[in-house]
Amino acid sequence: MSFASDARAPADSLFRRNLRAFAANRLAFGSAIVVLIFVVMAVFAPWIAPHDPAATDLFRRLQPPAWMEGGDWAFPLGCDALGRDILSRIIYGARISIFIGVAVILVATVVGILAGLAAGYLRGWVDIVISRIVDILLGFPYLIFAIGLMAMMGPGLANIILVMAYKEWVIPCRVVRGETLAVRELEYVEAARAVGASDRHIMLREILPNILSPVLVVATIRMADVIILEAALSFLGLGVQPPTASWGAMVADGRAFILESWWVSTFPGVAILLLVLAINVASQGLRDAFDPRFSE
Amino acid sequence: MTGALLQVEGLSKTYVGRMSLVGRLLGRRPTAVRAVSDVSLDIERGEILGLIGESGCGKSTLGRAILRLHEPSAGRVTFDGTDVTALSPAAMTAMRRRMQIIFQDPYASLNPRRTVADIVGLPLQLHGLASGRAAQRETVAEMLEKVGLKAGQIDRYPHQFSGGQRQRIGIARALISRPDFVVCDEPVSALDVSIQAQIIQLLQDLKREFALTYLFISHDISVIGYLADRVAVMYLGEIVEQGPVEAVLSRPRHPYTQSLLSAVPKVEATARTDRVRLTGDLPSPLNPPSGCKFHTRCPLAIDICRRSAPHRETVGQGHDAACHRLHEGLSITDGGSAA
Repeated sequence: MSFASDARAPADSLFRRNLRAFAANRLAFGSAIVVLIFVVMAVFAPWIAPHDPAATDLFRRLQPPAWMEGGDWAFPLGCDALGRDILSRIIYGARISIFIGVAVILVATVVGILAGLAAGYLRGWVDIVISRIVDILLGFPYLIFAIGLMAMMGPGLANIILVMAYKEWVIPCRVVRGETLAVRELEYVEAARAVGASDRHIMLREILPNILSPVLVVATIRMADVIILEAALSFLGLGVQPPTASWGAMVADGRAFILESWWVSTFPGVAILLLVLAINVASQGLRDAFDPRFSE
Repeated sequence: MTGALLQVEGLSKTYVGRMSLVGRLLGRRPTAVRAVSDVSLDIERGEILGLIGESGCGKSTLGRAILRLHEPSAGRVTFDGTDVTALSPAAMTAMRRRMQIIFQDPYASLNPRRTVADIVGLPLQLHGLASGRAAQRETVAEMLEKVGLKAGQIDRYPHQFSGGQRQRIGIARALISRPDFVVCDEPVSALDVSIQAQIIQLLQDLKREFALTYLFISHDISVIGYLADRVAVMYLGEIVEQGPVEAVLSRPRHPYTQSLLSAVPKVEATARTDRVRLTGDLPSPLNPPSGCKFHTRCPLAIDICRRSAPHRETVGQGHDAACHRLHEGLSITDGGSAA
């Protein structure tokens, strides 16, 4: 902090230093690249996917992967029960998983930051109300909670995001509240009050920039869980509705043929595993670089 | 005193501990810490009132209570004819332009994520003192030069400055809204000795230039002796002696002031080593002593000191002290046997 005396030091050198520390962690950096590949896949799905993910071809029903007998390199990972190309469906499925993951985390983080700042800075009854709501929501098992709400609200993309964000915000909220409690006692917060700054200014301009690192780290860690939950909901038929390709629903579709046509369920399952694992490893690297307090 | 810019009357600040549910059900009383108790003092326009005392005696709390950074529990603060303690939040915000504070810790008091332009410019922005962003930057740059920094350093972050420079930023922030009254809360005690003198000189120069009035909080008697016009001595939340700086420092009347002064190291060949060491620590404000709060450590304490609290009595021109044995002319350096 204080020993950086170089007069030409870049403006936000702390951020850059953290970024360099992250890049030096090869496993985490590699995982970040894997995540990036999935993101590129999702964004450019129409150009990358070899086939239309919804195009059925009953002649290719349960066609095995290319390297097996009866396979065809035009359909590298084989076809499902309706003869749709599994690779194309995985590529399109990445869109759903990543879009829902990002949307849920974005909504949850914004709500969580605002609620956490209010609870931690204003204290009093605001804190009591918000903290009790958080405690109650934390008491519900996540999946049961989501299944119940989805059954009430009905399936659909917007509803999935809403249902997950409904509970997910408590996690950034608790992180932000705890950090705010610590930062609000610092002298620069008192200094801002001394010159007449409003609560809003203090929360958003003085405190928030100083607690963003742990929030960023938590957001990436939670992203993996949200993607798994979305897959679970889709697996149960409560998620995105067919014919839209979703990894969880693809795994569910293959259940009936798991013994003779294992590839129908396995490849989307591997996609979930890869993306979630990569996000987890990358976020742990982020945590070590940006928020060393929490690393074991 | 009619010419006083700031009048503090019976100011108290009590911190009440949080009660557990069990404690509340059992009807227990919450623990209360009386950090400042019944303090009265006046600060004349244009003077420097030094406030000295041990760490933990409530000096900083008093300074913050005057500015309502910590809301006073009782008492009144009148600033330039306005009862500050009765102001609405909005009126208090406006009043903050005229009453400022310089903090002790130049590291903790500057937000590491904001540039000097943001930090020093904030008061201008909040009180609408600059028309537009360019005008604000210009005013900030002028202020930076007044406190001995360069205008070109305006876009830097606090970590790019040394401790002394950071304190200058804190001073610029406090003075940019052209306040009348500034609480200096140990502004030099976190700095190197070589830097201390520069900052004290700067504070003196700025006082002259902006016609300021200071409440200068310090535990360093030599700084107070050099800078202050009057001095108030604080012990366990109370003012025990107050008066013109020469009178208090040359003829201290309260045994606590005497012990503080005898603790100042002297560099004189003839210096006698009649230093009086106080035994024991500052008593816990959670459980303050009965009677005169100083009696547990006072070498002159007699029976009455344990039973009743002394009142402040005038002992000279503008000089008062609170001690039962004031008029016996005792000094702790010769009166140790009297205890």
